[in-house]
Amino acid sequence: MFDFWSIVRRFLYMLFVLWIVATIIFFMFRLMPGSPLTAFIGTTFTDEQHDLLVKRFGLDKSLFEQYTLFIVNTLKGDFGLSFTYNKPVINMIIEALPNSIILTLFSLVIAYIFGVIAGAYLAWKRDTLVEGISIPFVLTTRSAPEFWLGMIALAFFSFQLDIFPSGGTSAAGVIYETTLSKLTSLHFYYHLILPSLVLALYLQGLPLLLMRSNMLEVMQEDFVTMSKMKGLSSWRIVIYHAARNALLPVATAFTLGVGFAFGGNVVIETVFSWPGLGRLLVFAVSSSDYPLAQGAFIFLTAILILMNFLADLMYLFLDPRVSYKTKN
Amino acid sequence: MIAEIYKIFKENNYATIGVCIYLFFILVAIFADLIATNDPLRINFSSSGLARNLPPSWEYFLGTTSNGRDIFSQLIYGSRNALAVGLSAALAVAILGTIVGLISGFYGGWIDNLIMRLADIALGLPFLPFVIVLAAFLGPSSWNVVIAIGLLLWPNAGRIIRSQVLTLRERGYIESAKVSGCSNFRIIFFHIAPNILPLSFLYGSIAIGWAILTEASVSFLGFGPSDVISWGYMLQDAYSSQALSLGAYIWFIPPGICIVLMVVAGFFISRGYEEILFPKIKK
Repeated sequence: MFDFWSIVRRFLYMLFVLWIVATIIFFMFRLMPGSPLTAFIGTTFTDEQHDLLVKRFGLDKSLFEQYTLFIVNTLKGDFGLSFTYNKPVINMIIEALPNSIILTLFSLVIAYIFGVIAGAYLAWKRDTLVEGISIPFVLTTRSAPEFWLGMIALAFFSFQLDIFPSGGTSAAGVIYETTLSKLTSLHFYYHLILPSLVLALYLQGLPLLLMRSNMLEVMQEDFVTMSKMKGLSSWRIVIYHAARNALLPVATAFTLGVGFAFGGNVVIETVFSWPGLGRLLVFAVSSSDYPLAQGAFIFLTAILILMNFLADLMYLFLDPRVSYKTKN
Repeated sequence: MIAEIYKIFKENNYATIGVCIYLFFILVAIFADLIATNDPLRINFSSSGLARNLPPSWEYFLGTTSNGRDIFSQLIYGSRNALAVGLSAALAVAILGTIVGLISGFYGGWIDNLIMRLADIALGLPFLPFVIVLAAFLGPSSWNVVIAIGLLLWPNAGRIIRSQVLTLRERGYIESAKVSGCSNFRIIFFHIAPNILPLSFLYGSIAIGWAILTEASVSFLGFGPSDVISWGYMLQDAYSSQALSLGAYIWFIPPGICIVLMVVAGFFISRGYEEILFPKIKK
């Protein structure tokens, strides 16, 4: 069915892409106008801290030595110290990561459950008034900027009706002691509702349109005609025969969606002051905290590339007709 | 030719609506100076001091911002930025994708291999974070979005065009062009390119919407230029000036609607165009 070595080869190729991307990031940040430290020297940093930073990043060494150091440190998970917080970047990322993961997965699951059902329904209702109204509506939700939807939701549900909190993961003054206590707190999920619904509204368009077009395609295949001839009810054909086959590409899109949503979350997290990876990146870039920006960016990239790889694998397992040998 | 185009639009409602929306915004952008009632960046004063957070009136159709700027005029001038960014991004994607697809598909071998590996790398970079970092690198400007879209979105168009070129180059007329001594350059750009231009146009029209959305997001996050009025800038201004808690819907709803209209028009056009390109879907 599939070749073990082709998967290994694919995995190694993924690592190669990751390495190239890391290299691009390294040079992008090194070549930024001005020394990465200029903004800070003489303002908030003591000479001691300055020397420590210079040493830590090896800024006194040659570019090539800096590069090898960067690669070695990245492999060890050491992204250096944040300029603004003076904390290890990796700790800050690990703190922000669960928030991003939960927001992304929660929204994606809502979006995909809704999208798949609605997509199948709309395919079934082909050439009716329902379809005529729904499709432009779906296209419109896909065209609306996520942060704008978030702003409307905030103004209406948080400020005007006052039924949802206006941002963050906890009420003012409440601090979760551990990640676990946060994830088990109802309060956290109460804060999660508004951002994840807004994100889901934006994300549902893709699975919906994908499911619909797959369904339309599958409905024309021989086995569906066969089921019709057997006299099965149209509802049964849609659910048991067509939908199962139309789901394959949607499953792949979901995996790819995790990677893309992570990158796109940058705006949603900012609007809702959600302390995730995307907001960390925005903060880091706007305050020229370049070790933090570099670390956050590498993490976002790694997630995207890993998800692309998993989507490829998933396709292989779910649809045996696709063989790696023919694809490459 | 014109009759043919007219026929396409007559039969295709989506595309017609899309084109009408674009024409509307193009007219607004061209005649912005005549339509706008105020200088969009001027701080206005009324008899009782700074004209801040005023409700809609004959003087300020959509009211004023918390800094006393005219919202309606900002909205009108915002169309210029959106069109400029959208159309130049479309051009960048179409040109890059076409050239890359043509070369990759026609020559094959190591050139093809190299280009496809570059495509994998471009697709491995998270889009919006990349634009943000690029903006920090190049300084705030609307062109960052165009550059980033050009750098990261060419693979989508390039891959499709490449596969199209792969089938085209096996055709008889290419063979005869080769035999009659045509240079590769001539074959690529005079014999193959005209056949894949519809695809370039399709991917270009998709890029318009992406560019406008991305520009808005980048401005909203505060990495856009501060002296250029764009819809994203307006939304950022509203967000950071507490327009949400003030319930100033009239401030932040209109720019969003303009963005939606513009992006949806792009979707409609590419959708209508797709039906023309691939009539099988229509059945």
